[in-house]
Amino acid sequence: MEALTTLGRTGINILRQYGKSGILLYRAIFRVPNIRKGFPLVVQEVYDEGVSSLLIILVSSLFIGMVVALQGHHTLAKFGASQQLGPLVALSVLRELGPVVTALLFAGRAGSALTAEIGLMKATEQISSMEMMAVDPLQRVIAPRLWGGIISMPLLTIIFNATAIYGAYLVGVKWLGMDAGAFWSNMQASVSFHSDVVNGLIKSLVFGFVVTWICVHQGYDAEPTAAGISSATTRAVVYSSLAILGLDFVLTTMMIGGW
Amino acid sequence: MDNLVNIRDLHFKHNSHIVFRGVNIDIPRGQVVSIMGPSGTGKTTLLRLIGGQLQPTAGHIQVADKNIHRLTRKELYQLRKRMGFLFQSGGLFTHLNVFENVAFPLREHTKLSEAMIRNLVLMKLEMVGLRGARDLMPAELSGGMARRVALARAIALDPELIMYDEPFSGQDPISMGVLVKLIRTLNDALGLTTIIVSHDVQETLSIADYAYVIADGKLIGQGCPKSVYEDTSSQLNQFLHGLPDGPVPFHYSADSLEQDLMGESWKH
Repeated sequence: MEALTTLGRTGINILRQYGKSGILLYRAIFRVPNIRKGFPLVVQEVYDEGVSSLLIILVSSLFIGMVVALQGHHTLAKFGASQQLGPLVALSVLRELGPVVTALLFAGRAGSALTAEIGLMKATEQISSMEMMAVDPLQRVIAPRLWGGIISMPLLTIIFNATAIYGAYLVGVKWLGMDAGAFWSNMQASVSFHSDVVNGLIKSLVFGFVVTWICVHQGYDAEPTAAGISSATTRAVVYSSLAILGLDFVLTTMMIGGW
Repeated sequence: MDNLVNIRDLHFKHNSHIVFRGVNIDIPRGQVVSIMGPSGTGKTTLLRLIGGQLQPTAGHIQVADKNIHRLTRKELYQLRKRMGFLFQSGGLFTHLNVFENVAFPLREHTKLSEAMIRNLVLMKLEMVGLRGARDLMPAELSGGMARRVALARAIALDPELIMYDEPFSGQDPISMGVLVKLIRTLNDALGLTTIIVSHDVQETLSIADYAYVIADGKLIGQGCPKSVYEDTSSQLNQFLHGLPDGPVPFHYSADSLEQDLMGESWKH
């Protein structure tokens, strides 16, 4: 009987969390925004979330591109197909690695910072004081951060894709001596703008939305103590990572299946 | 008397803990009213109820003749523009400097020119004696300075009602003296109505026109500062004179010391 009660309580708590995050989302971005005040805040957040993640995205994507090229060349050479390195790298990066790794890095870098910042604003009564000044924190604090994440993620993914492919070019052409013309022309012939590039960017848009939503909700709902903020930050990164990987499977299925 | 705030039969429960059991409080316009009581009696909760941040379990609170918990979100925010709230921690925005903190409500709620905002902010900072600190960040301020900046921000929109949550706690004697004088001066000079929630008896009573004392979820005393201070009822007397034991026990409820020290063997 006690186990049943615990199960019921857990279920209700989970549903309550979903409900709260849904209300937060509705009140933050499905309300008529004040463009005059909101636009500069969104630009600021694109800068804070996007530019702050730029260095880690650049470095990671360069190394990921180089490693994929090295591994790909090693394996393709066994079948005498090393000329197909360009398509291998481009398709892996554009379809999967670009959106997924960018989102995972974004969750770890900008997402955790969002949660900690909002949690700390709550703990130091900044959110409450905003409410008492008749300023809606969901409009002033949460909405710009959500839009900032949604806009930043595809931009970061584009940068990731370009740098990773350049990393592969450095290894494949400059180091391993592949023909540059074959590298680029095979890549151009194999990559479809719609089903590879655009689908990858659609994924990144979805990841940007979900990751930022999870992170701002965890921050806004954090217990206003040091331990509460710390566990909210951890939860934000864990939930975001799981959501990215789960959604990636769903989206890939939809895109490959032509849903 | 014309009251700005009327609290009638207020009941409030947080989870299973009963915080208020039928509290009645009137806050007359233009006066400084103190609400005192031991720690954990729900004084801050009371301010949050008046500000509409919490919903009472029963009873009602009227602010400026409006039942604050029946208002729509838009109406509530309109009413809050007429209130100032000084949080215990100050609640300053850590990413903005002193000037921008005070300018924040003006930028959010008015369409004043930048020159006008600058003049207003400098005037508010002059009132609290911190015009020279306009470029400092909140992390560079002492506790007393942070509260004075928060006070300047709270009066930026010239509110009718200002609420102070433990304004004197953790202050050195000089800061405390400055704050005590400032609260009274601002109330009289700007024609405000002031609610001070505090457990610093001497400082609060020295500037209050009327005082309420809360304990165990109900009012245990009220009146002008002199009559409250001279009240001989045991609970009030213990709180006002800082007696370690009395109706509010020094020891938290527990088994006898002998039982705790001897463990199970005390039974044998």
